[in-house]
Amino acid sequence: MVGTSVITLDDLSIAQIRELLDKAQYIDTHRKEVAHTCDGRVLATLFYEPSTRTRLSFETAMLRLGGKVIGFAGAQLASVTKGESIADTLKTVSNYVDVVAIRHPKEGAALVAADAASVPVINAGDGGHMHPTQTLADLATLRSRFGRVNHLTIGLCGDLTFGRTVHSLIETLCRFGDVRFVLISPKELRTPQYVLNRINATPSCSYVEVSDLSEVIGDLDALYMTRVQKERFFNEDDYLRLRDTYILDEAKLALAKPDMAVLHPLPRVNEIAKEVDDDPRAAYFEQVRNGMLMRMALESSVLGDELPGFAEHENKEVMA
Amino acid sequence: MEVTSIHDGIIIDHVPAGTALKVLEYLRINPSATKLALIMNTDSRRYGTKDIIKVEDADTAIDLDVLGLVARSATVDVIRGGRIVDKKTPTLPERVVNVITCVNPRCVTTTEPGIDQVFYLDRADGDVYRCRYCDEEAEF
Repeated sequence: MVGTSVITLDDLSIAQIRELLDKAQYIDTHRKEVAHTCDGRVLATLFYEPSTRTRLSFETAMLRLGGKVIGFAGAQLASVTKGESIADTLKTVSNYVDVVAIRHPKEGAALVAADAASVPVINAGDGGHMHPTQTLADLATLRSRFGRVNHLTIGLCGDLTFGRTVHSLIETLCRFGDVRFVLISPKELRTPQYVLNRINATPSCSYVEVSDLSEVIGDLDALYMTRVQKERFFNEDDYLRLRDTYILDEAKLALAKPDMAVLHPLPRVNEIAKEVDDDPRAAYFEQVRNGMLMRMALESSVLGDELPGFAEHENKEVMA
Repeated sequence: MEVTSIHDGIIIDHVPAGTALKVLEYLRINPSATKLALIMNTDSRRYGTKDIIKVEDADTAIDLDVLGLVARSATVDVIRGGRIVDKKTPTLPERVVNVITCVNPRCVTTTEPGIDQVFYLDRADGDVYRCRYCDEEAEF
């Protein structure tokens, strides 16, 4: 993984994703030991559009590994306002730093950046296209809750047409195999055919499409919520009729398994009632922590900086 | 419908019905400066209907990759002295550069200067071409 840019999770093998999950778990329990892993390293966060949450996560990850951070947030601050291309910006920044995290509103921008840069580039979101570290956070949360990311029934609820996090999660879980997907959405916001094709092409995975969350919530091991936006509906009556169907509250949660995990890529608006936050099944803030841990694992891995004690810890695990 | 046979040139047969002009455009054959015959929407036993392009005195080295991209069912007969001397079928290229442009307005290729338009063949999804940057399916 050393020197590798991560633009989509297809850039990583399943073995490499498993190793990142192992590293994130190790980091969480060995914070002091890993605090100087990236001493002397510099991360650039090039955020051409605002995203407080993701930027802070990338930056905190590097700071917690002992490295330093430079960057900009918002294209108005950047030389892009003077007309500089992404490629030229990356060729310049590559001279300053050891690793780059980039967010850009244009789809494919991170790949342009990786082509131009001489250091590893991590995609922190390129428009509605890819956001691989969000999927890594989702996987880490499933694993922290269940000890595995497959042999699960996973419900995905809400906007399944435009939700890039949902598509990426489904596609990655298909690579692990042995997952039953329950796709819960209004008919206007169903999962695109190319994503369904991916499930169909995976013999150990299957799916059902339904429109009522309450009907199926009792079958789920995990429920991945997304926001249903009013502007996605063609007809306001349909929106008003269906709006509440996709709001998770304690009444619906009462129908769920006692150990079901509720995930959400955040930020939420009203699709998860605040009362759910106190339920032990709410895993979405845990997902934020896992996102940072996975970014720590990823940043140190692409830099080739070994986590002190990790190799010995893994060997011990294998021996045991 | 009959069109006089050609003596030296090429016949591009089994072109999807109605697309002959587009195929000429992609092959960079200028119909206003080339001796050619177009037969459009004629009967085809295999496909129901098809177009045929006959080009007299043509350079036989047409780009089969480009032909595969826009008319994958097409066949090419090379004619010399009024006889077919060679038959060619296009193959689907794995990658095409600067032949088609991405139609996705959100794609980085719409704003980044000096960038090649690169498409790859997505065999997992029915042999469609997708933009290397945004994965949008190509439109012809």
